[in-house]
Amino acid sequence: MSGDRSEDLVASPSQTVGPFFHFGLTTDATRGVMAMRGAPGEPVRLRVQVIDGAGEPVPDAMVELWQADARGQYGAAAQGSAGADRPFAGWGRLPTGGDGICEFTTIRPGVPATVDDAATAAHINVCLFMRGLLRHLFTRVYFAGDPALDADPVLALVPAERRETLVAQPAGDGVWMFVIHLQGDRETAFFDE
Amino acid sequence: MTKGQAMHDNPLRGSQPPLLHPDYRSTVLRAPMRPLIQLPASLSDVSQPVYGHLGVSAADADLTRHGPSGEPLGERIVVAGRVVDEDGRAVPGALVEVWQANAAGRYIHARDRHPAPLDPNFIGAGRCETDAEGRYRFTTIKPGAYPWRNHENAWRPAHIHFSIFGTNFLTRLVTQMYFPGDPLMAHDPILLGVPDERARRRLVSAFDFSLTTPEWALGYRFDIVVRGPGSTPFEGRT
Ligand SMILES: [Fe+2]
Repeated sequence: MSGDRSEDLVASPSQTVGPFFHFGLTTDATRGVMAMRGAPGEPVRLRVQVIDGAGEPVPDAMVELWQADARGQYGAAAQGSAGADRPFAGWGRLPTGGDGICEFTTIRPGVPATVDDAATAAHINVCLFMRGLLRHLFTRVYFAGDPALDADPVLALVPAERRETLVAQPAGDGVWMFVIHLQGDRETAFFDE
Repeated sequence: MTKGQAMHDNPLRGSQPPLLHPDYRSTVLRAPMRPLIQLPASLSDVSQPVYGHLGVSAADADLTRHGPSGEPLGERIVVAGRVVDEDGRAVPGALVEVWQANAAGRYIHARDRHPAPLDPNFIGAGRCETDAEGRYRFTTIKPGAYPWRNHENAWRPAHIHFSIFGTNFLTRLVTQMYFPGDPLMAHDPILLGVPDERARRRLVSAFDFSLTTPEWALGYRFDIVVRGPGSTPFEGRT
């Protein structure tokens, strides 16, 4: 559809975030707090781990999340980071540590109560950056045990044997574990969207 | 017209790098091997509004004023441009974050082992928000080239890292800005990861006299285009 566009109006090429982004992009650790205590919704500590094709943790990835609030609304609830006067922010950003892990404090998103979206399961969107990725990757976190998983129209596009790669598992105490495998038998399903 | 010509005439083709690009060694264990799953726009959340950045101050955009004891060494420059979408519309209120090496090619980052001097007066991180016309402007110093271990005698051309974040993830872009005439660009697997030469040229800033400040700083223009509503996802652009 864009074959007749001027080349000046084509999205600029992506380049890797490289290994040295931390002092530029992730100095603010509060970006990992997407919901303050008392924000409406079920508290969730989402622990994301990134694993490379050799099975090693990726210690230099940057993970960004965005999600709906407890009512299933995007963007409406807040501007800026979560804080005293805005208990919920719809996005977060953290670097992985030496164990390939970062942990976000958020809430389980709601699902809009409209007829069109009735079948959508609660999910958190993930955008992933790292040295060795010339473009960012998109994936989604769903929640194990959600009865809506079977009817979710996005999961339905994922081959059945790969759907579990998108489902976070409860680890107790409000912690949910989501492991991103970049390659291999358990390679996470990534989206082009 | 042959099919090959038709493909070449599509400016999207080759405008984005593939995920696996073995000349850039780090892609080999990090690029997913299976095809990405195409999400139709009707099911995607990339257009959903996300508000994430308040509290950017004007001082954040002048990287020459972040040192504890004066100005950094190096060639002072202004880097400015516009952020627009593929329909040519300005993207106002976008968060533009930059980070870079100092004039000697050394990052302040703890993991940078390049034996070039640190500059106590240069951190190398800045940010600003685009104005109503999508414009941004930084004052900084020209970064140096630096070696990396990708292959024998590998050097990155001088570059400034850019992160663009509008009000949704459709506009999300992380890229790098290069400088005109840098001979290292022809040898850089990261820049050469973008297949189309015309697209690579759009990552090279333009020296712009109108941005220079007499007896103060030289100026480089770097305009940025982000995806617009309903536009082709990345995989259709490799
Ligand atoms: Fe760099």
